[in-house]
Amino acid sequence: MASSQFARRRDGGVTFNVAPDEAPVLRGLLLQLADLVEPEDIPVDADPLAAMVGIGTATQAPDDPVLARLFPDAYADDPDAAGEFRRYTEEGLRTRKYAGALLAITTLDDPGHKRRLSPDEVAAWLGALNDLRLALGTRLDVQEDWSEQVEALAEDDPDRTSFLVYDWLSWLQDTLVRCLG
Amino acid sequence: MGRVIAPTMTAPVELDQPVSSTDVRPDRPWITLVWNDPVNLMSYVAYVFRSYFRYDEAEAERLMLAVHQEGRAVVSNGTREEMERDVAAMHGYGLWATLQQDD
Repeated sequence: MASSQFARRRDGGVTFNVAPDEAPVLRGLLLQLADLVEPEDIPVDADPLAAMVGIGTATQAPDDPVLARLFPDAYADDPDAAGEFRRYTEEGLRTRKYAGALLAITTLDDPGHKRRLSPDEVAAWLGALNDLRLALGTRLDVQEDWSEQVEALAEDDPDRTSFLVYDWLSWLQDTLVRCLG
Repeated sequence: MGRVIAPTMTAPVELDQPVSSTDVRPDRPWITLVWNDPVNLMSYVAYVFRSYFRYDEAEAERLMLAVHQEGRAVVSNGTREEMERDVAAMHGYGLWATLQQDD
């Protein structure tokens, strides 16, 4: 069974050959990611100009550790500055990550065939694979050498599957980074 | 014909001095720090340093290894606004970055 992978073309472009049995898995993961990062609904009474330029209302790091990792504080020791930075950047960052996940999904509609990716699609995949690994890695509390973490799990622990997915996404992302040289 | 009344000059506004215990001398530049994390691939981090900061391969590799081995590295310096832009870009790439005044 062939694995999905990215490959570099002679002309410098990148092709993505997604395995038919892996396409639905990738689609499912990307949909979950889109759901996770989707910009929050801006209240109807919000400042319309602020909404238009992507100024949000969030000033505190999200409680969910996965979201806190995807949208970290920009100032380590200055909560006020971190809050102000977040107010001006988080909505825009969510919007870009959300659009990237959706764009990556559109490249999955012809599994089993090599598809030449546009530069925007390459960037979307690079970001989405990294965000997926950050999300999964944070939930699993992945350490640098996580093989021992897997060995410590019971045979029927569902996290074993999650570690396999994490490993597969890491491999896939690495094939893409190598294409970019 | 009505006389056009020239707009008055705005009186100088007295700005509140920022109350801060940190030293804000302008000669202390701001820096962007990237922190180590167990998820980001070493190849990916080096790629981000090459493609965003335009560092050559050797410098990108050196900074990536510094992040990996020392836990963090200064990847850029400049004005506060420039560093906020760099940190926002790093967050876009999924790297864990913060800015602060150099000490």
